[in-house]
Amino acid sequence: MTLESVLTSAPAWALAHAPILIVAVPMLIAPLVAILPNGRAAWLISVLTAAVSFYLAIVTLGLVQSSPTGVLSYEIGRWPPPIGIEFRTDALNAMILLLVTGIGFLASVFSWPTIASELKNRNKLGMFYAAFLLCMAGLLGVASTGDAFNLFVFLEISSLATYVMVAMGAQRDRRALPAAFNYLIMGTLGASFYIIGIGFLYAATGTLNMADIADRLPALTTSRSVQVGFAFIIVGLGLKAAMWPLHQWLPNAYSYSPSFVTVFLSATATKVALYALVRFLFTVFRPEYSFELASFSWILAPLGIAAMVICSFQAVFQTDVRRVLAYSSVAQVGYMLLGVSLATAPGVAAGLLHLFNHALMKGALFMAIAGIVMTHQGTTIRDFAGLGRTAPWTMTAFAIAGLSLIGVPLTAGFISKLQLGYALFAEGWWWAVLLVVFSSFLAVFYVGRILQAAFFQPPINPRKTHKEAPLLILVPLWILALANLYFGIAADFPLGLARDGAVAALGLEAFR
Amino acid sequence: MKSDHHVILRVIGKCFIPLIVIYGFYVQFHGEVGPGGAFQAGVVLAVAIILHSLTFGLATTMRAVPPVFARTLAAVGVLIYVGVGFWSMMQGGLFLEYQALFGEPPGGHDGQHAGIIIVELGVLFAVTGAMITIFYALAGRVAEIRDEDW
Repeated sequence: MTLESVLTSAPAWALAHAPILIVAVPMLIAPLVAILPNGRAAWLISVLTAAVSFYLAIVTLGLVQSSPTGVLSYEIGRWPPPIGIEFRTDALNAMILLLVTGIGFLASVFSWPTIASELKNRNKLGMFYAAFLLCMAGLLGVASTGDAFNLFVFLEISSLATYVMVAMGAQRDRRALPAAFNYLIMGTLGASFYIIGIGFLYAATGTLNMADIADRLPALTTSRSVQVGFAFIIVGLGLKAAMWPLHQWLPNAYSYSPSFVTVFLSATATKVALYALVRFLFTVFRPEYSFELASFSWILAPLGIAAMVICSFQAVFQTDVRRVLAYSSVAQVGYMLLGVSLATAPGVAAGLLHLFNHALMKGALFMAIAGIVMTHQGTTIRDFAGLGRTAPWTMTAFAIAGLSLIGVPLTAGFISKLQLGYALFAEGWWWAVLLVVFSSFLAVFYVGRILQAAFFQPPINPRKTHKEAPLLILVPLWILALANLYFGIAADFPLGLARDGAVAALGLEAFR
Repeated sequence: MKSDHHVILRVIGKCFIPLIVIYGFYVQFHGEVGPGGAFQAGVVLAVAIILHSLTFGLATTMRAVPPVFARTLAAVGVLIYVGVGFWSMMQGGLFLEYQALFGEPPGGHDGQHAGIIIVELGVLFAVTGAMITIFYALAGRVAEIRDEDW
């Protein structure tokens, strides 16, 4: 096993402090980068920082898997948990940390050419990369903390940095400003709903530590303030995770922000919010509580299904490629919610697996689009005509990730939809399987429209014969595209991560 | 400046700014034993700068406290805070474990004392810098479309 060799070669400081260093290193480097005058140096340092975080996430995964309890607890300032803040990492956290740092690393490598061409104001580049590192630190903090209030703080750190990064798109397209403002209002609403919910829980239980809340809740399930707190938390985190119909901020924010920001956000931000939702649904609250069961069958499952059908329809009728993919993102969140709403270990595992695979697909798709934006300056489907011939490498990677998005066999998307189907059948929800297949057919249409334009239509401008995206874009793009193929054939690794994560979230014995 | 009709405002402002600054530092250092602390102190300090710009004009204040300085102050503040965390880790403790800062035996409290003061200083810098930066960003914004063009 390669994870063991990573553990044996890891230095002592990494083994002892990996859970906190993942968050603390980007947070330490961010202010340094902010005062750097040179944009290229800021980029190099950010890449290095993201690489260190990625390495630490691998170490953390190894530590979690080799730990007898499957939980790493890190006491900040050596204040013991219910009172002090605790970083609590189990298999679910480790999976999200690996995903965010991995995507963060690839995205930061790829960022330089697109950022350099899209942000004209060169002396702001240091600030931009500082915002990126803060966003990453915030997302990683959400994914590691075991304290409900601390989660809110990290959620705000990442969100505030995100608004700034989305607004930076204004140098290319002015519509980024209203998009960022809209996102700011909706995101702040989501965060306030979350914190109101935490307030209710704190009033009822008198503690903020998630594990401690979970211990005290069984005696309080009939308490009205616990139920109200639950409702507020679900709505707040649902807003952040773009749960249909709370997704209105997403399409604009994804279409008008700088390409690099779209890549990073689409693959991480909603995923982390969804992680927090899973954490609250299964670890803090328990699926046995009657009000939670009701919310699964009356809220989460219908909303998930509505998202995957309605937003797939909306995606079919978009003319801008980035909006197609943004609506498709909301639809994919629907698949994940549907899996989670089964409240069984296979269902949650299917949702988590789709979360992982979707990050790979959307990361690759938006990276390819970033390459096209750089070389051909257009994102409508008509602009994509003939790109299969003028930029074959970029568009082939796009096609692979697109097929994965549809769920064609031998791609990662197929595996996660298969797992979702198994989980749905096991519960007898065969009608939901039909709807999943139906919305996959819609995906054939919206992805097919782009591929048809790219590969079967003549180029709009025949003189632009061969113009490929730069190598710094192509390499991370192809790593993600090949990951889509690899995890579609040898799915053991993400499947194991997702199953361990589901087991950790539900607090069950392993069912592998 | 004999015909300056803002003269009363400016003289009173000049009297108040040092008082506000002193009060800010009082809140900062009193934060250890009573209500208050670095966040409030940072806001109070920033208010002194904002009052200066309201009475003397934004350009004068930007010469006295350049925007780059305010930004750097905020960054340095965050750096100090996280830096203390790393310092305690290098001394063999956990992240932000003040007790470990000087490697003293369990009875000693120097580490706790110094740790909280340094961290609060970091918060003071960060809040002051960020508040001034936000004020500059709002006050210094130039309308991109003139009112007549609407």
